[in-house]
Amino acid sequence: MGSALDVHRLQFAFTVTYHYLFPQLTMGLALLLVILKTLALRTGDEHYNRAARFWAKIFGINFALGVVTGIPMEFQFGTNWAEFSKSAGGVIGQTLAMEGVFSFFLESSFLGLFLYGEKRLGRIGHWCAAFLVFLGSWLSGYFIVATDAWMQHPTGYRLTPGGGFELTSFWGLLLNPWALAQYAHNMLGAVQTGCFVMAAVGAFYLLTKRDLFYGRTFVRIAVIVGVIAAILQMVPTGDFQGKMIAHHQPATLAAMEGLFVSQEGAPLAILGQPDVEKRRLDNPLEVPRMLSFLTYKRWGANVHGLDAFPQDQWPDKIELLYYSYHVMVGLGTIFIAVMGVSAFLLWRKKLFESRWMLWILMLSVPLPYIANTAGWITAELGRQPWLIYGLLRTVHGASPRVGAGNAWFTLLGFMGMYTVLSILWLFLIYREIEHGPEPDESHRAGADALAAG
Amino acid sequence: METIWFCLVAVMIAMYVLLDGFDLGAGAIHFLVARTNEERRQVIATIGPVWDGNEVWLLAAGGTLYFAFPALYASGFSGFYLPLMIVLWLLILRGTAVEFRNHIESPIWIPFWDFVFFAASLLLAIFFGAALGNVVRGVPLDESGYFFEPLWTNFQLGEHTGILDWFTILVGVQALLALMMHGSLWVRLKTRGEVSERSGNVAGMAWWGVLAMTAVITALTFGVQPQVVANFHTWPAGYILPVIAIAGLAGVQFELRRKNERNAFLASCAYLLGMLTSVVFGVYPMVLPARNPAFSMTIRNAKAADYGLKIGLIWWVIGMALATVYFVYVYRSFAGKIAESAESHGHGE
Repeated sequence: MGSALDVHRLQFAFTVTYHYLFPQLTMGLALLLVILKTLALRTGDEHYNRAARFWAKIFGINFALGVVTGIPMEFQFGTNWAEFSKSAGGVIGQTLAMEGVFSFFLESSFLGLFLYGEKRLGRIGHWCAAFLVFLGSWLSGYFIVATDAWMQHPTGYRLTPGGGFELTSFWGLLLNPWALAQYAHNMLGAVQTGCFVMAAVGAFYLLTKRDLFYGRTFVRIAVIVGVIAAILQMVPTGDFQGKMIAHHQPATLAAMEGLFVSQEGAPLAILGQPDVEKRRLDNPLEVPRMLSFLTYKRWGANVHGLDAFPQDQWPDKIELLYYSYHVMVGLGTIFIAVMGVSAFLLWRKKLFESRWMLWILMLSVPLPYIANTAGWITAELGRQPWLIYGLLRTVHGASPRVGAGNAWFTLLGFMGMYTVLSILWLFLIYREIEHGPEPDESHRAGADALAAG
Repeated sequence: METIWFCLVAVMIAMYVLLDGFDLGAGAIHFLVARTNEERRQVIATIGPVWDGNEVWLLAAGGTLYFAFPALYASGFSGFYLPLMIVLWLLILRGTAVEFRNHIESPIWIPFWDFVFFAASLLLAIFFGAALGNVVRGVPLDESGYFFEPLWTNFQLGEHTGILDWFTILVGVQALLALMMHGSLWVRLKTRGEVSERSGNVAGMAWWGVLAMTAVITALTFGVQPQVVANFHTWPAGYILPVIAIAGLAGVQFELRRKNERNAFLASCAYLLGMLTSVVFGVYPMVLPARNPAFSMTIRNAKAADYGLKIGLIWWVIGMALATVYFVYVYRSFAGKIAESAESHGHGE
């Protein structure tokens, strides 16, 4: 951990991982808020508006932290990754600038109206504000994914004589097939975070026997949306993403799967610890031939192991890459199970009485955060040793004049500041959940009446 | 093409200064104009629904700079590493303070965030001013196209300058005074009663400081950055820009006396705009002057390829037109003064 490069990597990894804890809930909740506002509009039931107001408060706190932790991300391309920015800024600066121009203005303008202007806007107007906030946040996600996708799978560019990159096709950059696949997969992950958070709050209310109407509403909406998202997350989007990696980043696939030796009928490792020095997986639990089938639809297909690639093209943190990928897939499978069983119980009208299932829903709340983080770690470590896949190595991308001492100084500063932000977030969100969706005066009475009834 | 983008980035930065300038200023003066918790709540309510959108101008300007002048973005951002990181931390603290202040009614929670809001706003104004001072003075760029400035060295304008030296600190103070004036005029416009009155007084006092500092800084700048003199000499039409600034400054005093709150704020906008455009005009075609002029970064050696700049122009115009529509709509929705009473605080709910 001595060199400046390592500190730059660690700082970007830390700040972006931390930042993404907030937008994933923002984007997921934005969709669920539109659903709540739509229900309010269609049924005319004021409860749905109260529910939306309750989630809007949580959305507001979460959004604020997403904004303040997001600003450093754009800056750090220049501050810590100057060589990369200098050579590729003409390309990826496009998508980053578009994010500012098209989504941040939209989001920030209408969030103010959504949070503070309900009376002023009227029912339809307020629905529109919710929808525009949703649109802004989802557009923002697309521009970021498109930026990352260009680094994973560069399109629409040309090398310049000076060793840089210049844009040659705007639509090539914007409609990069990698971006479309990654976006679908990523947004489903965000929707799952939103659903698990909403389900957990609903389950908490049902288990503590308060705000029962809201508890049921939250659990019902979250489970219905969540089961769809959980399935789509795996098939087709996850599967498709895997095939793209197999095709374009074969060394990455081998490292993710812990496949050191090329083989026909390659097995799928479920568990096991990679030993990179000895080039093997310790005590593996494997499904024979499954990897060949998943990758090429043939049980006997030959899958390239790491031995098929020169070692200087291997990802440089193979162990972490292997684990993050397995954690992501493992949790994705668990989500299908949790949401699937919940949806079945909901359909049989037994979910709200099944306390064990409500407990599971409540306790699952950290899992989608872990899965989304693991997914991004898989994508970004899988891209190594390249900053722009096949074109620019990470070693050549950092700022030449920013030394390790200065980088440590700022990394420690971010760590301290983000610790404070985490405590604030937990504290304020817990207060909102504890306070509940009902306005103050009727809260006690309403809860008592429901409990009595 | 690169000149167009130079102007567009300048416009975005100017918009940022005009808009976030008033909420930074409001933060820096809120202890002066608001005595009670309720009064401070009014001051924060004047910027509550808009500060986040105002700050987006900084992000959008940064993004635009990134794709239009990638070499400048790389060199400038890595060279100003420490002050930019400090600015980021201050922005984080300030945003948190504005958003979280009103969540809990407690005699320790609210004053704590009020202080954070004040301190972060004040320091941001100074740092932004110092950053502008650095650009005007020039930075120690060398043949590699990179530089790195520590926060300070010996506070002199030598070869090995730091971010802070006597010149940039003066520009920082000037920026703080100007934004205090700007912010108090905004608060005056958006509030009633005593808060509004006190803001008018603060603006009046800040005005004298701004006047003095403007004269001093202008005189010093001609000495520190010779390009400025040369540009005004080559293109005398450029004199219109400082004239706008002076007219704006005079307008602030005039309108303050006439008690026209709206025009006083607009005059302050004209002053800031005139000052910024004068600076930008003065350093053109440089985007980052070097202490050794041979290594200065200009719009030509910092720009991205033409195709990207052309295509960017199309979506930029569309995007900015949309953004303008949102801004007009939002500012109209929250038009009018903030109520004085606690019950109807917030934003007219």
